[in-house]
Amino acid sequence: MQSRYWRTAPEPVHATPPFSSASLPSPALMAPPSPPPGTVLFMHLALLFLLAAAAAASAAALEEEFTEELLLRPLPDRKALAHFYFRSSAPPAASVGRHHHLFPKAISQLVKKYHISELELSFTQGRWNYEQWGGFDPMSTSNAKPPGVELWAVFDLPLSEIDATWKNLTHTLSGLFCASINFLESSTSFSAPRWGFKSNEGNLRYGALPREAVCTENLTPWLKLLPCRDKAGIASLLYRPSIYKGYYHSQKLKLRSSQSLGIILDQTLTVVLQPNTINGKQLHSSHRQLQPSWSMRHLFNRKLSGKCLVSKSSRIFIEVDKGIVDKINKSGSDLSWNNEFFVLSNGPDRLTKDLNNLEVQSSSIYEYDVSNCSEEKPFDVGITWKLPLIWSCTPSPFHVSRFLMGSGNERGSIALSFTSTNLHKKIFGSPNDCSIKAIIFQIVPWYVKVYYHSLEIFIDGNRKAVSDVVDKIHVTPSEDKLLPGTLEMLLRFPCSMRSATLALDFDKGFLHIDEYPPDANQGFDIPSALISFPEFNSARNFPETDPLLGSPLLENFQEDTVVKSYTEVLLVPLTTPDFSMPYNVITFTCTVLALYFGSLLNALRRRISEEETELKKTATRHGLLPLLLAKLRGQKVDPTESGSSSESTGSKKLLFKVVFVAAAAVLFHYFSNS
Amino acid sequence: MESLVKQETQPKPRLIVRLGVFLASHHILFSVICCSAGIIALLLLPSLAKNTYLSENALIPGSATPLFSTEDAIEANRFMKGIEAADGDSIGGIDMAKFIAKQIEELGAEVCYHKFLPHSKHFHPLKFFTSMSNDMAIQPNGTDTNFGINTVGIIRAPRGDGKEAIVLVTPYNSQRVHSNELLSLALGFSVFSLLSRAAWLSKDIVWLSADSQFGEYAAVSAWLNLYHNPVFPSHSVILDTKIHGADHIYDGNAEKAEFEAFKRAGTMAAALIFKVGETRRYGDRDSVTMYAEASNGQMPNLDLLNVVHYLAVHRQGFRVNIAAFSSLLSSAWLRLDIAVPDYVEGTANLASSIYKQAIGVPTGSHGAFRDYQVDAVSLEFTPTFNVRNENAKSLFLLRGGGMLVEGVVRSVNNLLEKFHQSFFLYFLTAPSKFISVGVYMIPFALLLAPLPIVAAALADGSKTMKKLAEKSIGDSKTNGSADFLQSKGGSWKWLQAAKVLLVIQLWAVLVSLLPYYITQIPDATPIQSSVIWAMLSIVILIALYVMSGSPYSAGVEWKLLKATMITSISIGLGLMSIINFATAQLGALIMIPMCLFSRPLKARSGMNFLPRAVLLASNITLAVVGFPPAALLIMKGLSKGSWTVDIGEFWVWMEFLWEWSSATYLYLFLVHLPCWLLCIHVLLHPCSQSESKMKQE
Repeated sequence: MQSRYWRTAPEPVHATPPFSSASLPSPALMAPPSPPPGTVLFMHLALLFLLAAAAAASAAALEEEFTEELLLRPLPDRKALAHFYFRSSAPPAASVGRHHHLFPKAISQLVKKYHISELELSFTQGRWNYEQWGGFDPMSTSNAKPPGVELWAVFDLPLSEIDATWKNLTHTLSGLFCASINFLESSTSFSAPRWGFKSNEGNLRYGALPREAVCTENLTPWLKLLPCRDKAGIASLLYRPSIYKGYYHSQKLKLRSSQSLGIILDQTLTVVLQPNTINGKQLHSSHRQLQPSWSMRHLFNRKLSGKCLVSKSSRIFIEVDKGIVDKINKSGSDLSWNNEFFVLSNGPDRLTKDLNNLEVQSSSIYEYDVSNCSEEKPFDVGITWKLPLIWSCTPSPFHVSRFLMGSGNERGSIALSFTSTNLHKKIFGSPNDCSIKAIIFQIVPWYVKVYYHSLEIFIDGNRKAVSDVVDKIHVTPSEDKLLPGTLEMLLRFPCSMRSATLALDFDKGFLHIDEYPPDANQGFDIPSALISFPEFNSARNFPETDPLLGSPLLENFQEDTVVKSYTEVLLVPLTTPDFSMPYNVITFTCTVLALYFGSLLNALRRRISEEETELKKTATRHGLLPLLLAKLRGQKVDPTESGSSSESTGSKKLLFKVVFVAAAAVLFHYFSNS
Repeated sequence: MESLVKQETQPKPRLIVRLGVFLASHHILFSVICCSAGIIALLLLPSLAKNTYLSENALIPGSATPLFSTEDAIEANRFMKGIEAADGDSIGGIDMAKFIAKQIEELGAEVCYHKFLPHSKHFHPLKFFTSMSNDMAIQPNGTDTNFGINTVGIIRAPRGDGKEAIVLVTPYNSQRVHSNELLSLALGFSVFSLLSRAAWLSKDIVWLSADSQFGEYAAVSAWLNLYHNPVFPSHSVILDTKIHGADHIYDGNAEKAEFEAFKRAGTMAAALIFKVGETRRYGDRDSVTMYAEASNGQMPNLDLLNVVHYLAVHRQGFRVNIAAFSSLLSSAWLRLDIAVPDYVEGTANLASSIYKQAIGVPTGSHGAFRDYQVDAVSLEFTPTFNVRNENAKSLFLLRGGGMLVEGVVRSVNNLLEKFHQSFFLYFLTAPSKFISVGVYMIPFALLLAPLPIVAAALADGSKTMKKLAEKSIGDSKTNGSADFLQSKGGSWKWLQAAKVLLVIQLWAVLVSLLPYYITQIPDATPIQSSVIWAMLSIVILIALYVMSGSPYSAGVEWKLLKATMITSISIGLGLMSIINFATAQLGALIMIPMCLFSRPLKARSGMNFLPRAVLLASNITLAVVGFPPAALLIMKGLSKGSWTVDIGEFWVWMEFLWEWSSATYLYLFLVHLPCWLLCIHVLLHPCSQSESKMKQE
């Protein structure tokens, strides 16, 4: 009975876009946010809800769950981060069969059909600012994604079937999310990293589309996977103009599935917003140092009026960075919600402290339960700064940036530069004989022909032998029109290093005319490289958390995640033909063909003997010029008596005529132009 | 008559051959017609110019209301006061860079310094052929204390992917700051500050305030070189530690060390260089002058100029100029000016456009961008007010620069692809009128067309003449000279002429390389250098003749010599037209009449006195005009009106060409000079005996 209320997702077959069949009525369960037109309808809905609740209560202990959470965090550069976290989970398949109460059917079908054990799909617009917004916390390591689309999946299948399954999967996701993920189908666009991205047994596939534009058309299908969509609960804060105005926007879908766990679907949306200042006007540089005070209503232009009724828990967290916490501790005041530096608009329900391995508090999280708010009593929380505060986020061990060198259409080099942030000194003290590991994972399209042997490494400006720095390297060279080049490299840098640069030379390839995209003159993208630092772990440690409370967001923060950062996307200008050239080619080819056939016909048609007699007849003629003159004069001249005097007057006349015609043409052109 | 009968029995040749033979037989008429048509077509070019139009639809200039407001102008004024104060107590302009960096940092943008050394004068005319990569990479080393500091601010576009960047450049001289430079810095800053708040950016913005104490071009090209071709072993270490003078910028301030790291944005989409010129009262409106010529006559895409022109004229009400030969406007054409002002103005603009492209030296720092395939244009604002006037300043800033630069940035920001729709090969006859490659090729093609025909005619003519001579000699049974002719002559006779050509080409190569050694002489004045150059050239020429025999002693016929000369010049001009069309065009204008007219002064012809005298006079005039120093003198006289002869000036001029690695230098010495010398050889040819003998017969 309940399945009626869920949009029946299309069968995940090749390239079936869900929007073509998605004209079903909106779910009736989303009653609370907008009052129905009549009380009768409301009663009806309430009854339905009661029935649903009863059905849910009577279900077995292993039941489908849904939680919604939102984390807000002020950022050092006057912006605010909002991180939406929705988790839907379904118990192992055998217990529920093919029907679901809360879990999106499209996803469970996808998981079953393609035997996915893990999958992550992210749509990102903008760049994560690793220097300002942090590079060493769970937010940046698992939610900072490269621009465009990134997809990776681990399959529970024999190795020979994986590539075919991947292709089907890309088509299915492409249809589900209204995105051109199907471009990842081609073998030139995905690769199978062994250990550079995530260690696996060859059953992982990774692909990225840096140029994919992200917009509401991708958000809507993503929201459709939520039981209340954006009609109720925390997701109702997702007012499109506000969230797309931000500086960074990344929506992510992460799937985990196993026999014991069932399927867990994590949907996150991370946005960095510029809070509207109170008087609404853009500030000039003179007052830029003040942190803006903001509240949820300021950020999203929406009020939170009630939770999604089917959600198990619905919470809002406000996190303050280690930098702020340190300052507060230094000033000697306690870390309550109303302290010397800032005040939160509501008292939190709970305060969770994150302790690092030295049992020093690094950040604190204020928690609000929003289950009880309603239309009459909407929930709003905000932060008001009392004192101007400048802090900085913990950076990753190295700032990594990637750039192109060289110019011209022939060759160039990719350079990766590492700049130390001296983080290891803060964490490990300062032993100078230690070393820091870094893993580089980089995919390069085939038309950028990288010469991997040309790898050069410079540490602090000195050239180092590759074997001194590279511990382990795995290269899959590119094949023309078949495979992208993949580079996985484990490096070991000395701790005392200040900066390092890696350079790889490449040649630019030539594409076939039909391989050029419509906007070929923009250039071609090299997807972001991923740099991970396996010795650094960004997991948070919340000793006080009650495991029974079960906040998936905080759980996720406690998971072991290696510190990672993505580099910039690069744009390589390749030689691009003039695409109006085919027209020229056609005209030239036609001319050549016409000449060829003309002369061929001429040769075939000709009768030499007849021509010879003809020649003898006309042999008495003198030349072309008298003939031409005669024609111009319009009279017949006897070839035998064309004297020199008549010729000179004739040539004068001819010259005059030519000059006259030229002048007329120029005058005509001049007048027709003006 | 016998030959006619013979021809009758032979089958008729193909039409194209007949046409060729026909043209060759009337080669004098043909070349006169073609040359005069070419020159007429060249003179008609200004009236054939078309109005410019925007090819790329994505640019949509002026579709958005500019956001640049009074507040930004106030901000600019505040900045200007600040930097004036910073300049007051600065040592070597470091405080200015510091002030700019601080302001940029307060905007929330990234900032870094770029230190560079002036690049010393070198002889590198051949750099044009090689890549730009390594020879430009001059890094500061330990001993230098005199260096420039560029301050670079970068705005990362919100929501942008950072693949592309737009570069804004404001040059200023940190050693001696003028108020107009302060104004352009303030303008740059206010635009940058506006863009740092813009939500619509899709490309990163780089603002380079270039320290032009060693010239604008040097500063910009040093930065571009480091941007594109960094040299790692010296990159961080030497820059960081070894510049002694720089240490006091960062005294004890650890945070500032990050400014040292060179920061980059993505691939450059376009660059806009803008500066405020010194005040001149020019008319009722403020004016903008566009400079676009880069090295070797390369131009930015016409669309970029179109956007600037459209916004400046139709949105901001500027008067837009392109630099013209004002002397041409004022002097000789005064009377015509009243009748057809458009034509005269177009001619002046076209002449300056061709001249600037032909010189092959960039007209500003935009040339450095073109070397890396980035479209760039320089704008020079010329306000009508006095720079010292406070109110007018902000008004000017508001109305002029700010909105214009913002508009151009918006347009380029709209671009999805790089500039490719519009023309790259064009001449400008007015800011909004252009002549595309399809039109301006016609005069050149007309000038070039008679050359092969004339060469063929001359070679053929010499052959038939020989046959006739042989015949007549055979008839009179005088053996001695006939043997000589047979042994030397025949169809391989042209080899002698080719040998002369090769010797002269070799000489030209040696002469073009001589300056490399002459520049090694310490403390040589330009006059000394040019005298040494000339002497050495003559000595080498004599030495070569001693080694390989004088061209006259081998008995080369002047017609063959002329045919060889014409062949070589047509090949040379054809090649040059691909490298730098304007140079080839101007060269063709001088060289082709010179080549076609040339005949030995001693040659006898059946002409009357008057035509012969005219021919002689024109020969000598063209030979004088064709000599590069003389051509330079005439050019100088025409453009500046001063006719003083200065030998050193030629050296200075040549130095200018090779330092900018202009292909014009190579053209002058590998095509023009040998051709001129051959021409002189033809003029002084002592008309061979065979000819005179034939005449006697």
